[in-house]
Amino acid sequence: MMKNPPRAAVILFPGSNREGDVARALRQANGVAPDIVWHEDSALPVGTDLVVLPGGFSYGDYLRCGAIAARARIMDAVRAHAASGGLVLGICNGFQILCEAGLLPGVLMRNSGRRFVCKMQHLRVENGATPFTRGYAPGQVVKVAIAHGEGNYTVDGAGLAALEASGRVAFRYCDVEGNVGGKANPNGSMNDIAGVYNEGFNVLGLMPHPENLIDPLVGGVDGRGLFAGLAAA
Amino acid sequence: MKARVTVTLKSGVLDPQGKAIEGALRSLGLAGIASVRQGKIFDIDVDAGDREAVGRKLSEACEKLLANTIVEDYAVQYE
Repeated sequence: MMKNPPRAAVILFPGSNREGDVARALRQANGVAPDIVWHEDSALPVGTDLVVLPGGFSYGDYLRCGAIAARARIMDAVRAHAASGGLVLGICNGFQILCEAGLLPGVLMRNSGRRFVCKMQHLRVENGATPFTRGYAPGQVVKVAIAHGEGNYTVDGAGLAALEASGRVAFRYCDVEGNVGGKANPNGSMNDIAGVYNEGFNVLGLMPHPENLIDPLVGGVDGRGLFAGLAAA
Repeated sequence: MKARVTVTLKSGVLDPQGKAIEGALRSLGLAGIASVRQGKIFDIDVDAGDREAVGRKLSEACEKLLANTIVEDYAVQYE
């Protein structure tokens, strides 16, 4: 069982750049600031409930996005945390890191349109019954931000079938009305996938940035649901 | 021992960079360029015993880091 509020740890890699944004969202939802944990540390703070891998360009996207960060020392502790059922959230580069670390299936390839996309984007909540999405209704359409050059979710046929059959697609790109496909898909992702869970539904990776939509000042607060749901976990 | 590891996208995997380079080559008027796929080359100096042991070490390096085998293949050449 989780304590209230959950104790969150944000992992900082060289080249992370959204750690401040996600720390702000966690502080807003939890009432306390998260711990910031350096990638060379070998342990998470005692009592950590939620690990967050923030967005950015860890190691300058050298080799492949997230590839070097996925082999950082702290990732053994993150892997152990996930294996024991602890919550792990990877946003954007964090999603790429989770895939490279083998904690989530698939890989984020270069956007099919060859361009970095940075814009507001609607998502459909595909599964509202996880610790990450209890702040949303199933099928709810939310508006968040996307900002990535490598968000084209790709997985082999068997992997894709397994994700779909087990309800592990967390979010799909859609238009304002919730329709998927066509121009609503910004990067060519298979089945319009914007985020996926692991088999235990305790690890979530997503390309969009809910942490950037928590203040009316910047155009909406639809991102709050994710952090509010986690706070109530 | 010196070795060259080549990592390439598996056939069928979309390669937007290769496509862009292909288009640029065409726009330079280079006739006959049918398609371009971009890959990566790693020149590695390995001190791990005989060639078989070096091969094992490099395969491990590829599987663990140099290639993402979901979408990439790798090949090793020895100098």
